[in-house]
Amino acid sequence: MATVPTTPKSRGASSQPATRPRRRDDTRLALLFILPATIGLVVFYFWPLVRGIGLSFTSWDLLTSAEFVGLDNYRRMIDDPVFWNAVRVTLLYVVINIGVQTVVALVIAVLMQRLSNSTVLRSVVLAPYLVSNVVAALVFLWILDYQLGIGNQALEWLGTDRIPFLTDETWVIPTIALINVWRHMGYTALLLFAGLQTIPHTMYEAARVDGASELRMFFRITLPLLRPILGLVLIISVIGSFQVFDTVSVTTNGGPVDSSRVLQLYIYDNAFGQFDFGYASALSVALLLILIAVTFLQYRATRAGQTDLN
Amino acid sequence: MTHAPRSIGRRRWLVPATGLTLGALALAGCGSAPVVGDGTVALDYWLWDANQLPAYQRCVDAFEEENSDVSVRISQYGWDDYWTKLTAAFVAGAGPDVFTDHLNRYPEYVQRGLLRDLGSLDATSDFDPADFQEGLADLWTGPDGKQYGSPKDFDTIALFYNTEMVEEAGLTSEDLANLDWNPRDGGSFEDVIARLTVDANGVRGDEEGFDPDNVATYGLASNGSGGTDGQTVWSWLAGSTGWTFTNADVWGDEYNYDDPRLQDSLAWLFSLVDKGYMAPYQEVGTEPNPQQALGSGRAAISANGSWMINTYAGLEGIELGIASVPSGPVGHPVSMYNGLADSISAQSEHPEEAARLVEFLGSDECQTIVGEAAVVFPARPAGTEAAIEAFAEKGIDVSPFTDLVENNHTILFPVTDQYGSIQSLMTPVMDEIYIGDRDVSTLTQLNEQVNDLLK
Repeated sequence: MATVPTTPKSRGASSQPATRPRRRDDTRLALLFILPATIGLVVFYFWPLVRGIGLSFTSWDLLTSAEFVGLDNYRRMIDDPVFWNAVRVTLLYVVINIGVQTVVALVIAVLMQRLSNSTVLRSVVLAPYLVSNVVAALVFLWILDYQLGIGNQALEWLGTDRIPFLTDETWVIPTIALINVWRHMGYTALLLFAGLQTIPHTMYEAARVDGASELRMFFRITLPLLRPILGLVLIISVIGSFQVFDTVSVTTNGGPVDSSRVLQLYIYDNAFGQFDFGYASALSVALLLILIAVTFLQYRATRAGQTDLN
Repeated sequence: MTHAPRSIGRRRWLVPATGLTLGALALAGCGSAPVVGDGTVALDYWLWDANQLPAYQRCVDAFEEENSDVSVRISQYGWDDYWTKLTAAFVAGAGPDVFTDHLNRYPEYVQRGLLRDLGSLDATSDFDPADFQEGLADLWTGPDGKQYGSPKDFDTIALFYNTEMVEEAGLTSEDLANLDWNPRDGGSFEDVIARLTVDANGVRGDEEGFDPDNVATYGLASNGSGGTDGQTVWSWLAGSTGWTFTNADVWGDEYNYDDPRLQDSLAWLFSLVDKGYMAPYQEVGTEPNPQQALGSGRAAISANGSWMINTYAGLEGIELGIASVPSGPVGHPVSMYNGLADSISAQSEHPEEAARLVEFLGSDECQTIVGEAAVVFPARPAGTEAAIEAFAEKGIDVSPFTDLVENNHTILFPVTDQYGSIQSLMTPVMDEIYIGDRDVSTLTQLNEQVNDLLK
């Protein structure tokens, strides 16, 4: 620890002996270093964002030039039952997906911290995350196939009826949500596990001396001290969850009827199915606003910016 | 099927590679030489059916032999990606010079000025609709009277069936060849479907004690709800009542989804689900696979298009029969008649060379090559004949498909504007009808929405 600050000090002293550059302004150099990242940010984030918002006020089919239509797209959106259905379906998905995923991931993370140090086990927990979304969706599409899937075959062996997991209006969203829980829970658990490592071990020792049970320690120590990390993980995973697309596209393509037509899929349908890029942009802006509101609320509710450790 | 795309993949890699080498050589020789310096014009040709790729490769080889100044590069993309890629390519100005075009897409391209009028180019200026099977060229004539595609093939619908199951049921191929149907009681078609349906206890659909909730073999394979056009699902039923999609053969501006003849036909078809004669939506989902249902013994009859003949013929373990779709209230069977064509992109930098390619692809020479491959029915009579013979050599009698065209017992695929919007409106609704959550009579109100899109 002690050597780290001394080394630059001595080097600085030897290379610039006379005057310490107190007046020297580093702004130019700083700007130069920031420039590459800024260009990337402007070209790939700000410009598409601005252009997307701009396009949401137009009627544009890609092939002919865009035509300004004012608020028409937004008026149409408010009267569009498929849009409101998409909002409802997406929310249902997010609630099931995030609810189950967070609880399961937290349990796995705590078990990893309190019970085992095995790196093999940690790797296994992370394994589903290494499978691409499309592959995971395809595999489950086969497993859950009503007629040929081994999942349904197993149900029959167990003596229950086959379940139309991905072809029934009530089953489809919970099924897709749980497929993504399977894929993401290991990764989420790992993030939470990293958060658990920051909780001083002495707390648990002190609690154990006082005779606290494992369950009590979880609710009185782990959960409160994990709150900032948990808040951050929630914010990230909720944003990701709202953007669900590939799993739906592969397994149901929005069906049966509109029961799994989530927002992103509806945006895609409008843009690339009907070449209605103006309306698709307006829908994207709506999604952006929803995400900003949800993130803001979460940030406030979980006080993710503060810690109770100090 | 896996072989064909792989070979094109190699070819596509090879062509730019040679181009690069040539370019490098030219650059090495002389600084001002063009990058591709051998004087040939390179054309891009796109198609979606991997099964047709080998035949078209042979066509293109023959074309290149006769036209040494032109080289053609074929790209094949699966149907699902084809149209997205094509549109993106148009936007980027990097699309193919010539491409396989579909009736439900080309109106939007015409509207946006993306297609060349064949009559405006030398090689295709003497285009004669009479060279092709009747009616095919008309499908590709725009509302402005210009010709936007040169017919390449056509397809119709027929019934594929499992001969063994038919015999086990005490029926003969004769019985299946002469079916009749009406939307009220389903005629002899429904009798046969009921007879061929068997529940888990071995009780047939027309016998006492049949359990519609526990079916082992369905009489009719499901191919989904059919969406906007019901091409393989219900177009041949509704068509045989005298119903047509729109108020004109081509370029209609009003759809007829409000017609009771269509609604009754749909009601009959989807009533088969309740009766246990056809699989429910829950079993087939959004990606129905009727050929698999037939191949696995899950279904006995499957209505499908002529482009699927080889797929069905290749099903292992079943002896395949092909029968005409049933004769309807109009007194004869009716099939949807759909035709593909080759179109020239307005963005092509070499329209005259592209026209030469299109003329060749539509010639007797090329269409006979395609016909001999026994994959589809080429649009020229000589090509059609070659295909019928080639199928016969494989032991497949395709007359149930071709007779309907000879006798003019067809309805045309709907050619109108706004296909994408109509499809996204109609498909969920048709799925809902199949599921049983929506009554067919609601199509009347939906039809108004569809027609509003066309105003």
